[in-house]
Amino acid sequence: MKYTSQSVALPYFIAAIGLFVGQIVFGLAMGLQYVVGDFLFPEIPFNVARMVHTNLLIVWLLFGFMGAAYYLIPEETETELYSPKLALLMFWIFLIAGAATILGYLFVDYNTLAEMTGNNILATMGREFLEQPLLTKIGIVIVALAFLFNISMTMLKGRKTVISIVMLLGLWGLAIFFLFSFYNPGNLVKDKFYWWWVVHLWVEGVWELIMAAMLAFVLIKVTGVDREVIEKWLYVIITLALVTGLIGTGHHYFWIGTPGYWQWWGSIFSALEPIPFFAMTVFAFNMVNRRRREHPNKAAVLWALGTGVMAFLGAGVWGFLHTLAPVNFYTHGSQITAAHGHMAFYGAYVLVVLTIISYAMPLLRGRAANSQRAQVVEMWSFWLMTISMVFITLFLTAAGILQVWLQRVSDTPMPFMQVQDQISLFYWMRLWAGVVFAVGLVTYVASFFVKGESKPLITP
Amino acid sequence: MSGTFTKAMARNIFYGGTVFFFLLLVALTVDTTTNLHKSDNSANLTPQVVAGKHIWETRNCIGCHTLLGEGAYFAPELGNVYPRRGPEFIKAWIQSQPTGAPGRRQMPQFHLTDQELDDLVAFLKYTSEINAQKWPPNIEG
Ligand code: HEM
Ligand code: HEM
Ligand SMILES: [Fe+2]
Repeated sequence: MKYTSQSVALPYFIAAIGLFVGQIVFGLAMGLQYVVGDFLFPEIPFNVARMVHTNLLIVWLLFGFMGAAYYLIPEETETELYSPKLALLMFWIFLIAGAATILGYLFVDYNTLAEMTGNNILATMGREFLEQPLLTKIGIVIVALAFLFNISMTMLKGRKTVISIVMLLGLWGLAIFFLFSFYNPGNLVKDKFYWWWVVHLWVEGVWELIMAAMLAFVLIKVTGVDREVIEKWLYVIITLALVTGLIGTGHHYFWIGTPGYWQWWGSIFSALEPIPFFAMTVFAFNMVNRRRREHPNKAAVLWALGTGVMAFLGAGVWGFLHTLAPVNFYTHGSQITAAHGHMAFYGAYVLVVLTIISYAMPLLRGRAANSQRAQVVEMWSFWLMTISMVFITLFLTAAGILQVWLQRVSDTPMPFMQVQDQISLFYWMRLWAGVVFAVGLVTYVASFFVKGESKPLITP
Repeated sequence: MSGTFTKAMARNIFYGGTVFFFLLLVALTVDTTTNLHKSDNSANLTPQVVAGKHIWETRNCIGCHTLLGEGAYFAPELGNVYPRRGPEFIKAWIQSQPTGAPGRRQMPQFHLTDQELDDLVAFLKYTSEINAQKWPPNIEG
């Protein structure tokens, strides 16, 4: 750590990991509800568990992105953070608002929660991933603005590197596209159309900028490869991401009441979306192969390479599988979608956040790298989580293929619930893979507490 | 990447490409908006339908069901439940939840009034008449 204000990243990373644990607890609960339907009913119905699971995911990734920004922006711009106090204040506001929202989901009837929090003034709730009460949404905007102000001011007074510019562009984009969550017209088709301006333009647009910038930062640090080379790659990757991803939004406009021409625009452009993810894979491996130093933090290198591979598999390969309109006609809204959603979120955004945590955390704790033993435990957690996520994806894909076949392709289509009974074996296997994932996560948390002789910090 | 391809070139392509394709997205959005009335069934978008959408949202139905294929995959598609089941079945179904059948997936009881049930059914009817390019493949959703 070169600048003392970078240390505000620490609470952000700790909160991210804590909420990640919460996310997985509710994932397991839902995994069980899929096969034992009345589990936890009526205390925690499936829809409540799902909101908690997905909203915790988004919130902890946001904590991760913000922590990453607070860590890397001072180092890139070679100046202290504009206001560490503001960063800490925003941390607490975000954490408390987030926790209150989750507790609201769990302990207040959703309709009552909506009435209590101003949904009748401006109705924004009850849409997938955007279930947060109006007050929470406003809180998110305030925190985001204060955060962007802080980061932008830091950058204005410091060196403007490509990494910091791309990171900032991505974060501004994240905040701006979130504003569409306040637009909820009575016309369902329009509602759905602009809903994707948050969801798709996040994960297949501006978040890719954030991800690429974080990955580039860590790769410069652990490989020592020339900044010029890495920055050129960075521009190429994000160009590919936006050129394909912006019009690629059309792959969600096939069957929601929008004009038929979207089947062409959406299919063609989204079919090209795997290219930037492939470029990231090549980028990560290329840089590591051309490394100029052996960084003592081997675990961070593993997470970075893992991000390259898994993002390509989850977003690129599993995305491509169902993105062409004639295929999506059958797979739309099936377990195939869930399979892809899991591996893409994990491979791209979970792993990139864990990459930067792996790199930065030892430094924040005053050492160059963790002890050998701690790193071995951390690497075990990487393999446990990653391999179990591959199996979760494979089981859900198998379930999805059968589901599509029995319910949509067959000459004698079966009703939804009957099909679900037929494929429950795969849901059981997904649940067991989920248990292994949870073991991996516990291992991950444990790795922070493994003692041993760590590498001392030698500031270059 | 070779020496002739400079960082400045990469940067310019990024900004140029992004602006171009964003504007293209905006243009397509404008066109979609102008032509949307042909497919979005907005002719039948009555205040009752809007009220029904509000019930749909404030009970978080999307947390278990899909609607036109978007949402959760725990319970059946409801974009075409109106033609599949009809209005009376839908209302009776909602009123009789949860089934309480052991081990079976359960749907909560929402205590909707008759008015709210009618609004919700109006919303589901309107949704089923949106031109979704012949999706879903069959009545089972
Ligand atoms: C890291 C990047 C990505 C993430 C995190 C991600 C995540 C998701 C999620 C969560 C959904 C489900 C949305 C819902 O609930 O309705 C989804 C849907 C979809 N994704 Fe991605 N995705 C990514 C990249 C891609 C890419 C690159 C492609 C195409 C090559 C793609 C193709 C699709 C398609 C076609 C759907 C709609 C599935 C359906 O019709 O049900 N995704 N994605
Ligand atoms: C123990 C591991 C996990 C289990 C058992 C699990 C289970 C589930 C279940 C049952 C759903 C609801 C599917 C439905 O709507 O019917 C879901 C949704 C989701 N989960 Fe997980 N999950 C796990 C881990 C994760 C992880 C690690 C991530 C992020 C990387 C994640 C991201 C998501 C997303 C994005 C959705 C929404 C998917 C969509 O809309 O297509 N889950 N999960
Ligand atoms: Fe998408």
